[in-house]
Amino acid sequence: MTLRQPHSGVPQIIALLVILAVNWIVSPQFFDIRLQDGRLFGSLIDVLNRGAPVALLSIGMVLVIALRGIDLSVGAVMAICGAIAASLADSHSLPVTLAAALGVGLLCGLWNGILVAGLGIQPIVATLILMVAGRGIAQLITEGRIVTFTDPALAWIGGGSIVGVPAPVAITAVMLLVTLLLVRGTALGLMIEATGGNERASTLAGIGTRAMTIAVYVWCSLCAAMAGVIAAADILGADANNAGLWLELDAILAVVIGGTSLFGGRFSISLAVLGALIIQAMNTGILLSGYPPQFNLVVKAVVVMAVLLVQSPKLAGLSAALRRRAR
Amino acid sequence: MTARTPVSSCLTALGLSLAMMALPVAAVAADLTVGFSQIGSESGWRAAETTVSKAEAEKRGITLKIADAQQKQENQIKAIRAFVAQGVDAIFLAPVVSTGWETVLAEAKEAEIPVVLLDRDIDPSGKDLYLTAVTSDSVHEGRVAGEWLVKTVGDKTCNVVELQGTVGASVATNRKKGFEEGIAGHANVTIVRSQTGEFTRAKGKEVMESFIKAEGGGKSICAVYAHNDDMMVGAIQAMKEAGLKPGSEILTVSIDAVPDIFKAMAAGEANATVELTPNMAGPAFDAVVAFKENGTVPPKWIQTESKLYTSADDPMKVYESKKDLGY
Repeated sequence: MTLRQPHSGVPQIIALLVILAVNWIVSPQFFDIRLQDGRLFGSLIDVLNRGAPVALLSIGMVLVIALRGIDLSVGAVMAICGAIAASLADSHSLPVTLAAALGVGLLCGLWNGILVAGLGIQPIVATLILMVAGRGIAQLITEGRIVTFTDPALAWIGGGSIVGVPAPVAITAVMLLVTLLLVRGTALGLMIEATGGNERASTLAGIGTRAMTIAVYVWCSLCAAMAGVIAAADILGADANNAGLWLELDAILAVVIGGTSLFGGRFSISLAVLGALIIQAMNTGILLSGYPPQFNLVVKAVVVMAVLLVQSPKLAGLSAALRRRAR
Repeated sequence: MTARTPVSSCLTALGLSLAMMALPVAAVAADLTVGFSQIGSESGWRAAETTVSKAEAEKRGITLKIADAQQKQENQIKAIRAFVAQGVDAIFLAPVVSTGWETVLAEAKEAEIPVVLLDRDIDPSGKDLYLTAVTSDSVHEGRVAGEWLVKTVGDKTCNVVELQGTVGASVATNRKKGFEEGIAGHANVTIVRSQTGEFTRAKGKEVMESFIKAEGGGKSICAVYAHNDDMMVGAIQAMKEAGLKPGSEILTVSIDAVPDIFKAMAAGEANATVELTPNMAGPAFDAVVAFKENGTVPPKWIQTESKLYTSADDPMKVYESKKDLGY
């Protein structure tokens, strides 16, 4: 038996191309790319580079959502892990700093996972706890200040490059490949989809749904921790009040634009990342356009609505019916 | 950044307040107890204000009781009632919102305890319920920044890009308005691009990246104006990463005077900043002492100085003096 490909990705790819074309119209130098200090430099690179944190978040978020869950705490986890990385960077080596930041990310995920899978608390409430408390924890770590660092090793994660590719983009690409291998290279993806569709049936069928759910929340928090380290490395400091603020909503939006239903089941990691790039391409386009900032949110809302309408099966059915009637 | 509303037009207040500051601090100050209802730790500036208030009280031998309201008006009202019950000599209030103070301030007035507003004003209807308000004029801050730029560029044509604060925040609107007033009448200085950087480093950096691309690699940008220093710190990074030289090729002027901008100034990467002084309590103490001792009624508005700092002001020394204030 062959499985039907759940998502073609055609609407998303078209949406991205249209937005990029609009960006090119408002800003003719949009596709110009040159090397600056050994790093690729251009608006298109900005889209990838600035989109990296949300793309990372969406990689973890799509798995959580496929399990019919949701993780509201990723923005706060970013703030915590960024604060830890920035606080340790100048006194410890990079491996220690990274291990501490990612280790705390892992603990955050474990907390969420145990609340959801262990205690059976609804995901939106369970992760809301860490969303609220997490930012407070981050503020405690930074004592309410912006903690800056000068360590070039950590700064490289935000501003460095591998053969011209900005480090955040490279890290996100590696994370995407690893996740794809883990999830789609094994039966794990199928088990996640089955559990998201019907948890009870999946348990009865012998899937360790509880352990798997915890593992997925841990993975989501790990992605958020990495995104937090990137965000801190980017500005050479940890801003506990603002790092990752509202990014959980952007990540959820990216997943939804990528065609994954909030009711769980079938999912696509690549399309979620594509969704993150669509959001960022739009943000960069708005910044390049020179419109007054009052328009930012309205433009964003209109574009998101258009992308979601294109995907709506009801609307597709309606337009097909209209075409039949016209004939 | 902190949001505050300037008091109506009353420019003579500055002169009067300066005259009052010159008054000798008398022995009566030693016996004074002042209750201070502080908003809470919303920003580094707020923390610095608290630190400076404590130091200013100590300098005058005044006992200062600080109540942290954690951003809640009801906590502030409770604190004021407690101060009234304790029979303090004066109450300082940094109001978290501008309305809803009538009842509690009337209670303080009935107990004949003078109230001084710090940093933010309240609704005009409550004008006779407090002794005076010590605030900065954010329109004036923008004007000082604009006038510095006009003076520095002389007759040269200068394209300015502006990083605005959060859309709708009164302090952003005012700093924009003030800057436009400052450069008015000088056709050679024009704002070519203006976008919101939401008062944060990360956004300031992202917006500056797009400005650089939209303005032909940044070659046509002559100066950057940011509504706060944090956005400027981000913008400076963006310029450096694009191979530009902030501080020499591109002039920078921002507002707040937080420690990190002085570090950039010392490194030759920033040019000027306008101080939003954290010392609001000093003039307030002087006003209270004069009122208690001689019955001198201060003007309704004491405007704090918006001091301009440039790289000529020994930035490293200013940095050292500010870095431990809690910014």
